[in-house]
Amino acid sequence: MNLVLFLEQALNGLQLGVMLFLMAAGLTLVFGIMNLVNLAHGSLYMVGAYLSVALFKLTGSYLLAVPLALVGTLAVGMIVELVALRTLYERDHLDQVLATFGLILFFNELVAILWGRAALYTTLPEWLSGQLELFAGVRYPTYRAAIIAVGLAVAVLLWYVVTRTRLGMLIRAGASNRTMVAALGINIRLLYTVVFGFGAALAGLAGLMAGPIYTVQPGMGEDVLIEVFVVIVIGGIGSIRGALAGALIVGMVDTLGRAFLKPALATIVSPTAAEAAGPALASMLIYLLMAAVLAVRPAGLFPPRG
Amino acid sequence: MSEQAPLLHVDSLSKAFGALRATDQVTLEVRAGETHAIIGPNGAGKTTLIGQLAGNLQPDSGHIRFAGEDITRLAPPARSRKGLARSFQITSVYRDFTALDNVALAVQAHSGSSFRFWRPARRDRTLREPARTILDEVGLGGRADVLAANLAHGEQRQLEIAMVLATRPRLMLLDEPMAGMGTDESQRIVRFLGSLKGRHTMILVEHDMDAVFALADRISVLVYGRIVATGTPAEIRANPEVRSAYLGEDES
Amino acid sequence: MRSSARTVTIFVVLAALAAVPPVAALLGQPFYLDLFRRIMIFAIAALSLNLILGYGGMVSFGHAAYLGIGGYAVGILAHHGIHDGFVQFGAAIVASAAVALVIGAISIRTSGVYFIMITLAFTQMLFYLGISLDEYGGDDGMRLAAHTRFAGLLDLRDPTPFYYFVLVILAGLLYLVHRLVGSRFGIVLRATKSNEARTRAIGFSPYLYKLAAFVIAGAMCGVAGALFVNQTAYLTPAFMSWTRSGEIMFMVILGGMATLIGPVLGAAALLLLEDLLQSWTEHWQIILGPVLVLVVLFAKRGLAGLLPGGRRHE
Repeated sequence: MNLVLFLEQALNGLQLGVMLFLMAAGLTLVFGIMNLVNLAHGSLYMVGAYLSVALFKLTGSYLLAVPLALVGTLAVGMIVELVALRTLYERDHLDQVLATFGLILFFNELVAILWGRAALYTTLPEWLSGQLELFAGVRYPTYRAAIIAVGLAVAVLLWYVVTRTRLGMLIRAGASNRTMVAALGINIRLLYTVVFGFGAALAGLAGLMAGPIYTVQPGMGEDVLIEVFVVIVIGGIGSIRGALAGALIVGMVDTLGRAFLKPALATIVSPTAAEAAGPALASMLIYLLMAAVLAVRPAGLFPPRG
Repeated sequence: MSEQAPLLHVDSLSKAFGALRATDQVTLEVRAGETHAIIGPNGAGKTTLIGQLAGNLQPDSGHIRFAGEDITRLAPPARSRKGLARSFQITSVYRDFTALDNVALAVQAHSGSSFRFWRPARRDRTLREPARTILDEVGLGGRADVLAANLAHGEQRQLEIAMVLATRPRLMLLDEPMAGMGTDESQRIVRFLGSLKGRHTMILVEHDMDAVFALADRISVLVYGRIVATGTPAEIRANPEVRSAYLGEDES
Repeated sequence: MRSSARTVTIFVVLAALAAVPPVAALLGQPFYLDLFRRIMIFAIAALSLNLILGYGGMVSFGHAAYLGIGGYAVGILAHHGIHDGFVQFGAAIVASAAVALVIGAISIRTSGVYFIMITLAFTQMLFYLGISLDEYGGDDGMRLAAHTRFAGLLDLRDPTPFYYFVLVILAGLLYLVHRLVGSRFGIVLRATKSNEARTRAIGFSPYLYKLAAFVIAGAMCGVAGALFVNQTAYLTPAFMSWTRSGEIMFMVILGGMATLIGPVLGAAALLLLEDLLQSWTEHWQIILGPVLVLVVLFAKRGLAGLLPGGRRHE
C-alpha cells in the first residue's frame, strides 16, 4: 500500500464525509428544531439527483441544471412540508416514522414511473471531468475535489448562520425552548418552514452532487439515509458540530475500510479468509463503529449542550 | 425526643446550573418518625433539591445518607427499593390503568421478582388485596376500578400518595401533595397525612402554610438554594430572616 | 364482559383461518391457501413486533432482521444437507434470540429517536452481511435446498399440512403472548410504556424487562422467518430489508397496537390490500404510500378498535 493510494482514498473519505454532512446537517436541524423524524429526507436527496440529471440532459448546461435542480428540490420539499408534514409536528415519533415511510414508498415509485427502475447515468461537463494535480504527485478527480470544496464551504456557511445571525439564534433558541420562542411572538410556522426548506436544500445539494458519481435509481436515498443515521448517532443528535464530526469519521472509516481492510486482513489471516471476510466486514464496519461509540457514549460524541 | 441517628442526612449538597446555584451547601437531617417540611419562595430550588433526593438529578458535590448508607449515586429505582419513596408534584400516574392497577403495580415492585411470565398479575391476591386496602385508607376505595385518567384531579393526587404507601416506604418524599386542590380536598389530605404522622417518616414540600404548620414537626426554609433556618413551627414563625424573606405581611 | 367478546373474536378468526384449505379446495383456488398462509406467517412476525412496540412502546424499526436470521438459519442448514425441522427451528430461535440479545443490549440503553435509528442501522448491517455471503447466494439469494421435515411427522413441502402447521404455531403464540402481557413481567413492560418515570419511581429498573421482551420478540420473529423461507422456497437478503421492517410495523399499527387480534387483522389487511393494488398496477406502491400516510394521520386506532369489546387488553 503506497502513500499516493492512501491519500487518494483519504480524499475520497473526505468527499463522502462532506456529502454525509450535508444530509446529516439537514436531518439534525429538522429534528433539533421541530422534533421531527423525517425518513423522507432521503427522498429529497433522490429528487435532487434525478432533477439534476434530467435537467442536464434537457438543457445541456450544467450551470443551468444545478441551480434549477436545487430550486426544484426545495419546491418539492416545501410542498411535502405543507401537505403532509405540518400535521406531524404534534405527533409522536412513531407516527412520524410511519408517515414518512409512506412518503418514501410514494417517491420511489413516482421516480420509477417517470424515469424507470434502471439506473440513470449522466456525464460531467468538460470543465469538471478532468483531474487536478495536487501535492505529493497525487492526482485527484476535479469533480470530487469540487464536492469537497462545496461541502466545506457549506459547513462554514452553516456555522456562520447558526452562530452569528439572528436566524441562527432563533434556530438555537427554538431547539432548546419551543414554547418560549413562540411566546416571544416569533412566527413559529414560518421558522419551521424556513428550517425545513434549508434542510431540503441541503439534501438536494447532496443529491445533485451525487448524481454523476453514485448510482441514480429508485431507493438510492434510503441507503444513504441509513448511513446518515449512523452519522447522527455517532455525532450526537441535534448538534451541527456532531453532524460534521460524525460525517467525517463515518466517511473516512467506510472508505478506508472498503479499500484497505481486505489487504490489511490478508497480512494477519490467510488470503482466502481475507477474501471471504474482508468485504463483509468492510460493509459492516461503520455499524460496528456505531455500536462501539454507543457502548461508551450513549448520547453520541458531541451531544448538544442544554 | 431521644437522640438517634437521623434516617436521612443531607450533607453540603450543591448543584449549579451554569452561574445559577440552585442548591447551595444544603445540609439537613430528618429523624425517623418525623414529619419534616421544606418551604421556600418560588425559585428557591425546591424542585432541584427534591430531584437530588429522589435520584433524578446528580449533585455537583455533597452526600446523601439514608439509614446510614451513602445513596448519592443511586438511581431512583434503587432508592425506592431501599425504602425512599416519592410522589410527584405534577401528577404522574398510569393514566390508562385503573386506580387499583396503579397501586397494585407499586405493591408488585416490592413483592419479589417480576420476572414471572405466565400467571396473570391481575389475579394475584397478594398484590390486589394490599392494593385495595391502601386505596381504602386514602379514601379511594370506591374508585378502584376507574381509569386513572378519569379520576378527578384531587383523586389523582390521592392516588399518588397511595402509590407511595404501597411501596412500604421508610421515608416518604411528598412533593406538593396538595397542588391544585381546593380547600375541602386539601383539608382531607391534611387529615389523612396527619393520621400517618409518627408511623411514617415524611418530607413534605408544600406551599400551603396551613398544612405545613398543622403537620410539620420541624420546618426547613429554603431561599435561593440555601437553608436559612431549620426549627419547630413556632421557631420558624418567629424567625425574622424567614419572615422577611418568605412569610410576608399576611401571616400572623 | 368485554374480554369474552374479544376471546370470541379471536376464536372466530382462527376458525375462519382453519376453514381456508377446504374452502380453497372447493373453489379450486389453491392460491388462497398460499395467500392466507403468507398472511399467518406475517401475523406471527407482527405479533412479535406488537409485543415490544404495542405493549412495550419500543419503536424498533429493524424487526425484519429476525425474519432474515430465522430464514437464513433454516436456509443455510438446508444448504448443508440438514433438513430436520427440530434442528432448523431450534437454530432459528437460538440465533434470533442471540442476535436480539446483542442488538438489544446496545440499543435499549438509548431511547426515542436514537433507538429508532439504531435498530434500523443494525438491521441494515445484517442486510449487507447477507449480501456479502456469496456462498449463500449473496445479493440474489438462493433457492431453499429442500423444505423442512419433522421426523416423519410433517413435511412442509405439502401445502395443506404446512398451512395447518403455521396455524397451530400462530394460535400457540397468540396464547403465549396473551399470558405474557398479563403476567407480572408483561404488566411492568406495559407500565414502562405508559409512564417510564413513574415505573422507575416505584422501584423497577426497566432495562432488563425491555431487553427480555426484545429477545422474546426476536425469537418469535425468527420462527416466522423459518416458516417464511419454507413459504417462499427462496432465501434472499431482502428478508431483512428496511422496507420489510416498515411493512411489519404497519401491520401492527393497522391492526391495532396492544391488542392480541390486531397483528392478525393488520397482516391480513395489508397483504390483501397489497395483493389488490398489485392486480391493478405494477406501480402499486405509489398508491400504498399515501394510503399508509392517511392511515397514520386519521386511523391510528387500527382495525381492532372497530370490533366489539373495544381496544383495551384485559
